[in-house]
Amino acid sequence: MSAASIPVAQIKTITMSIYRYDPTLDKKPYMQDIIVEVPTDKDIMVLDALHLAKAQEPSLSYRRSCREGVCGSDGMNINGKNGLACVTPLSEVIKRNKITLRPMPGLPVVRDLIVDMKQFYDQLEKVRPYLITKSDSPDTERTQSPEDREQLDGLYECILCGCCSTSCPSFWWNPDKFLGPAALLQSWRFIADTRDEATDERLDDLEDAFSLYRCHGIMNCVSVCPKGLNPTEAISNIRNKLLTRKKA
Amino acid sequence: MLVNEVINAKDLPVMEFDGIIVGGGGAGMRASLQLAESGLNTAVISKVFPTRSHTVSAQGGITCAIQSDDPDDDWRWHMFDTVKGSDYIGDQEAIEYMCSEGPKAVFELEHMGLPFSRTEEGRIYQRPFGGQSKDYGKGGQATRTCAAADRTGHSLLHTLFQANLKAGTNFLNEWFAVDLVLNADKAVVGVIAFKIETGEIYYIKSKATVLATGGAGRIYSSTTNALINSGDGIGMALRAGMPVQDIEMWQFHPTGIHGAGTLVTEGCRGEGGYLLNKDGERFMERYAPNAKDLASRDVVARSMALEILEGRGCGPNADHIFLRLDHLGPEVVHKRLPGITELSKTFAGVDPAVQPIPVVPTCHYMMGGIPTNINGQVISVEHGEDKIVDGLYAAGEVACVSVHGGNRLGGNSLLDLVVFGRAAGLYIEESMKQGVEVKDASNDDIEKALERLNRLNASTEGDQVAVLKEKMQQNMQNNFGVFRRGDLMEKGIEELAKTREEVNDIFLQDKSATFNTARIEALEMQNLFEVAEATAITANERKESRGAHARDDFTERDDENWLKHSIYYADTKEVSKRDVNYRPKTVQAFQPMVRSY
Repeated sequence: MSAASIPVAQIKTITMSIYRYDPTLDKKPYMQDIIVEVPTDKDIMVLDALHLAKAQEPSLSYRRSCREGVCGSDGMNINGKNGLACVTPLSEVIKRNKITLRPMPGLPVVRDLIVDMKQFYDQLEKVRPYLITKSDSPDTERTQSPEDREQLDGLYECILCGCCSTSCPSFWWNPDKFLGPAALLQSWRFIADTRDEATDERLDDLEDAFSLYRCHGIMNCVSVCPKGLNPTEAISNIRNKLLTRKKA
Repeated sequence: MLVNEVINAKDLPVMEFDGIIVGGGGAGMRASLQLAESGLNTAVISKVFPTRSHTVSAQGGITCAIQSDDPDDDWRWHMFDTVKGSDYIGDQEAIEYMCSEGPKAVFELEHMGLPFSRTEEGRIYQRPFGGQSKDYGKGGQATRTCAAADRTGHSLLHTLFQANLKAGTNFLNEWFAVDLVLNADKAVVGVIAFKIETGEIYYIKSKATVLATGGAGRIYSSTTNALINSGDGIGMALRAGMPVQDIEMWQFHPTGIHGAGTLVTEGCRGEGGYLLNKDGERFMERYAPNAKDLASRDVVARSMALEILEGRGCGPNADHIFLRLDHLGPEVVHKRLPGITELSKTFAGVDPAVQPIPVVPTCHYMMGGIPTNINGQVISVEHGEDKIVDGLYAAGEVACVSVHGGNRLGGNSLLDLVVFGRAAGLYIEESMKQGVEVKDASNDDIEKALERLNRLNASTEGDQVAVLKEKMQQNMQNNFGVFRRGDLMEKGIEELAKTREEVNDIFLQDKSATFNTARIEALEMQNLFEVAEATAITANERKESRGAHARDDFTERDDENWLKHSIYYADTKEVSKRDVNYRPKTVQAFQPMVRSY
């Protein structure tokens, strides 16, 4: 339903305070208050409210695609906490009829709510996020027991939204050297896969002072992950693997 | 050169690749993988980072006779089901190719690392889906859809992205392709594209251009499709003088979440869920006594729409149907359908292990598209004869090869995109080995592909995107939905015609070159409009009911006149007919029969 077709009694106005910055026009970033009308008889998502704001201010820029929490486009900082706009109900975040939206912290801002994800993707590529096998592939599938497959639950669901890494103080400090929670979760996803045949090389790659060990267990990653995943646990699994390998 | 300047062909910088793929979804990345692995300099041009593509939203699985659940399963049975599902206007050579090559393509995905769910024997888990049978419809329900829980599309897309990283594919991520460049011979020699972040614009030159831009469900106001599904490839092809085929055939998925439109997989019914009306009746037993809730999607969607029209819908407004899953027990629901549990809680406020999910038929898939052969080569139809368009390929939802005909079976879209993405890649690889010689595009040729951008930059007044889009979506929803009628369609076509000029002269207020999403949305709106107009005109022309195209004024299938593909060209706005392929290579063709489930 469009805002225009909602009967007046079921509308209230809210203030969306949104970070604005277009480097070609603005000397510095500023916060813009956009007043939008939202329905009161049903809850809408933060992304829906952003669409209403964009209808008034077409220059407002943000990424979005699936609008159902599976593509990972619309990670942003909502009232101080990272999350996906499309699966965050307005009712959960609105305070005194106001909501504040900023780009995810720690990465350069391209424009408005859009950050440059290059560092995030570069770190992901470093963990070689793909299955590495050395033996020949069979004619049909490689077999894997349901129990072994279960080891990948809680790992393969990552949507690469960046909410975790951009809420991690260690990543803020060393975004070029510390791989960050998202990349490390992916690293463990392949180490944990019984079909992968490069565990040793993967562990070798992580054995320096920064790549993995800069995680200080702050757990912001866990608290913000919109898919309920646990990168901190994945990181500690890798640490254990490194330790047991040393002993052996 | 920047996208917000007056752009001249002679000053335009050029990038060159052996092969370019427009679109970073499943079909695009399967094609690019094939090219990159063969050592060709390959680039994927994707308007979003590839894992944001709509393939990510596919849930239930990829249908293929891999003989895991049933060691006696046969790809020919899958072919029979697909032909029947298509209401007999799917091309049988293409369906034969898809079903027989399918297992190879699925096992390759597993070898790349796709985290399929597993059986006790460690094989790929398969679940029943709608329209599936054993023994050519005589052996009861088959179990043929390979699944990674209910996140198969996500798993498939990420796996293909990972494999492309490994293969060294060049990714032009967050680049927008505007239009095709054709040379004097009308061969496609590349595209005009710009980097969204900076606005830098290029002529990207290539001897092989693959359109893999996906669907266009956003022509309707209620759709399961992502916001990015704007039919960019269809718009580009139509503007370049190529046709679309069977574009009137739109699938309405039976189970979109009421209000939100988000998809709930057919796998729910495959796992044993069923639909209920307000009286608590399992009404599908009346409409499809054998297959019941696992009848073909067009059949289930129409049955639901009828229940609602006849006053047996659920809820205070009697405007939806309930999908019941709680009887399966929390273990099945949470283990096999974890994504559905999450979506239902978020968008309907219900836990499906406890309460039913409110659902309605929702626009889901474009069966039609750019006609191609099984090598992905785009076909134009001149004086009733097929003619190959040099340099242009299409695969996945944007293409119409045609394996889905009038109605797609669940789980066949993912199979379509990997099989034909791969096939296009294989063919291009081979043709490059043979050597391809093409004439360069002249400045005039390139200039044509720049028209749209320059016009947008010059705009000073007029309607903005939001207004035009809502008008079009309402029109399509009201006049070209599950049930269609001549007089309403004519009214709809008239409305579109009135809007045509406004869409061509759309007003872009924000002229910034930096990540300007308003410019992207304006370009997307023009593409959507091409799809909407093609759909409307062709739907009105097909005077019968077949597959997803159900007319109140022509309720029967008319094999005498319409056992045909429709072909539509945008310049004349005329609809012609093209023969359906009934020449499979290794089996006897399946002849049209009465279609019942």
